[in-house]
Amino acid sequence: MSSPVIQIKSPEELAALRTKAHAALDGDSVRIVVCGGTGCSSNGSKDVFAALQAAVAERNIPVRVDLLDEEGMQNLSMAFSGCSGFCEVGPIVRILPENYFYVRVKAEDAAEIIDKTILANETIERLMYKDRHTGQPYARRNEIPFYANQVNVVLTECGLIDPGDIREYIGHDGYKALADSLYNRPPEAVVEEITKSGLRGRGGAGFSTGLKWSLTAKVPGEKKYVVCNADEGDPGAFMDRSVLEGNPHAVLEGMILAGYAIGADEGYVYCRAEYPLAVQRMRIAIKQAEEANLLGDNILGTAFSFHIKIKEGAGAFVCGEETALIASIEGMRGMPRPKPPFPAQSGLWGKPTCVNNVETLANVTQILLKGADWFRQYGIPKSTGTKVFALTGDVVNTGLIEVQMGTTLKDVVFTVGGGIRGDKEFKTVQIGGPSGGCLTKDHLDLPLDYDSLRSVGAMVGSGGLVVMDEETCMVEVARFFMNFTQQESCGKCVLCREGTKRMLEILEKIVAGNGTVDDIGDLEEVAEAVRDGSLCGLGKTAPNPVLSTLKYYRNEYLAHVVDHVCPAGQCANFKTYSIIAEKCKGCRLCARKCPVGAIEGEVKQPHVIDAAKCIKCGACLDACRMQAVVVE
Amino acid sequence: MTQAVLDRPTGQERSFVRVQEIIQECGASESALIPILQRIQDEYRYLPEEILSYVATVLDISPATVCGVATFYAQFSLVPKGKHVVRVCDGTACHVRDNRALIESVRKRLKITGKQITSDDNMYTLEIVNCIGACALAPAVVVDEQVHGQMTGEKILKLFNQIDAKDKEAEK
Repeated sequence: MSSPVIQIKSPEELAALRTKAHAALDGDSVRIVVCGGTGCSSNGSKDVFAALQAAVAERNIPVRVDLLDEEGMQNLSMAFSGCSGFCEVGPIVRILPENYFYVRVKAEDAAEIIDKTILANETIERLMYKDRHTGQPYARRNEIPFYANQVNVVLTECGLIDPGDIREYIGHDGYKALADSLYNRPPEAVVEEITKSGLRGRGGAGFSTGLKWSLTAKVPGEKKYVVCNADEGDPGAFMDRSVLEGNPHAVLEGMILAGYAIGADEGYVYCRAEYPLAVQRMRIAIKQAEEANLLGDNILGTAFSFHIKIKEGAGAFVCGEETALIASIEGMRGMPRPKPPFPAQSGLWGKPTCVNNVETLANVTQILLKGADWFRQYGIPKSTGTKVFALTGDVVNTGLIEVQMGTTLKDVVFTVGGGIRGDKEFKTVQIGGPSGGCLTKDHLDLPLDYDSLRSVGAMVGSGGLVVMDEETCMVEVARFFMNFTQQESCGKCVLCREGTKRMLEILEKIVAGNGTVDDIGDLEEVAEAVRDGSLCGLGKTAPNPVLSTLKYYRNEYLAHVVDHVCPAGQCANFKTYSIIAEKCKGCRLCARKCPVGAIEGEVKQPHVIDAAKCIKCGACLDACRMQAVVVE
Repeated sequence: MTQAVLDRPTGQERSFVRVQEIIQECGASESALIPILQRIQDEYRYLPEEILSYVATVLDISPATVCGVATFYAQFSLVPKGKHVVRVCDGTACHVRDNRALIESVRKRLKITGKQITSDDNMYTLEIVNCIGACALAPAVVVDEQVHGQMTGEKILKLFNQIDAKDKEAEK
């Protein structure tokens, strides 16, 4: 929803608006929040929101149309929020102040929600989240184990506020850190506070944000830039997307603060084109902040000016690397260049540039609002604060989670994540996408922080956590990531360009059942060469999935090349399909389904699969009602 | 998306009026090259070669530079795409939750084989794309910018039937 144009000329006006908006959002008034994240939207949350609005209108319940509409100050308000994180169970409807939390809500449920929960304050058990094992229902959001074990710094307002209304953000202390800093804190003190907080970059490498800022601040020059890296390309990661969709102003405020701290007057948000909703929300947020005089010339009546533009990426993973990203903003092919000079010295159009990730900037806002000491209470001394992870794969509760740095893998997968789907065995967690590595059963007690992960050959990366069960073949996982990096290699460094291709060939050969023991040695040799001989992070880390799976699951590689079996039973070429003659009734169902005509036989006579023609797709197995098809 | 390409009778000279408008809106500088190409692709569903040359001339950069950018980024296509673009996400989560079966059913439905990505009737283009960030909904498919989660072979066939029906309705 849109909000009216508001203008704020001074910190006092901002404070007055904050008090008003806070009063409107808080207190006893009932607020229905429907999740409008990408996940819930695709499951029809827009229809749910419309149905709830219609049900309210039908019953003539007075509803507040505008947040600060004083004349019509009613007890009921409705909002369409950003991502709530628990995408698995969407569409989600949250009812405040009780914090009731309904899952998988359909438009048909709207009338009942209004009649029972809104008018009679009764909960509806059918719509509650239920524990998959015990069946216990949970009425309130914070009781659900998925949320109860999280600590929110960055995601607090996601799924709570309407990202399209700047006043809701202001009502949650938005732009307070900016006003306080512009009036009461010189730029050096802002850098000092961030350094003190121990914040490290959330985009991958974990470089100290305070140090990066102070380096950029110290470089002399009239013109400097702040770049927000929202090119979240890692497969299995959607933290940045959710933050941009759910609370875009927090990222803008972080960027403006960064600009103030380093002495920049212009910023760019480089966002993936694959995230159209995030781009759209960010555009609206920029427009509102400009109208409100929180962005643009002479912010809040001070001499400080800062402008922000959006640049949409065009689908190149390598542009997540900062020098490639800068080249892309300049309109060129997104290829990395050697460092030094670092962007802090010579970045966008040769000017000093500070590149920070979305989640990092959202943290900046919170640190400057609540102080470095407050931030340091979370996490561990060398990895302070929290980390947002995208928890996906074969885990019960998938979605966006935020936990303290140093939380153990076990807590994340089994407490927050609710364990493995279908009661299968936990096998591995792939962390950090194509640059990361695998964590095994032996790592369940490993704390998730920058240094612990690095010590076992993995990395926080951008924060994608893909859980895999016992039926996942690790050689196939390595092949999957190598296929990705091979396609995304920009081609500048020979070792990365050719090495990833050779590694992919070897992995394909092994997965197809044609590998030899020598291939494993070759794979290791090429992997090390690519790691040592590439310029940027993409090439340096591309071998990680291979090296990590070789380290922890070497037996699986050996099983493929020596015993010619896939222990996980995933690789199709190791399977043989056959029909048990005694069980087959000759119904011809499988023969009709077979896409290559590999099944022959007369009606009412046992059928046979021609192994030479069979492509091992499994269609016959699914089709047979007599359980006559077997796979070995 | 407009009908510009489809409606143009064959053999007619291409008009650069719309391209000129796009260049003016984005700003005629090299740094605006990517947004310009994105807008052109929105308009024509691909990047026609003569338009790339035109853009190079207007921006006063070499056609090789424009072509270099157009071929570097996965979003750009030098051949026309179908009326509907079906993007099957191949992120890790979708891969783990078996999107291969999904891809096979789409290929079978659209009767596309080998390296072909656009159906013979030019109605659909199938793209296997990098993570779209809807991992909690894996396997996910984006059809004409609309995300569909927890997809199965059956669900996607139903979706195709719906789109076909809508198209037929529109024709009437």
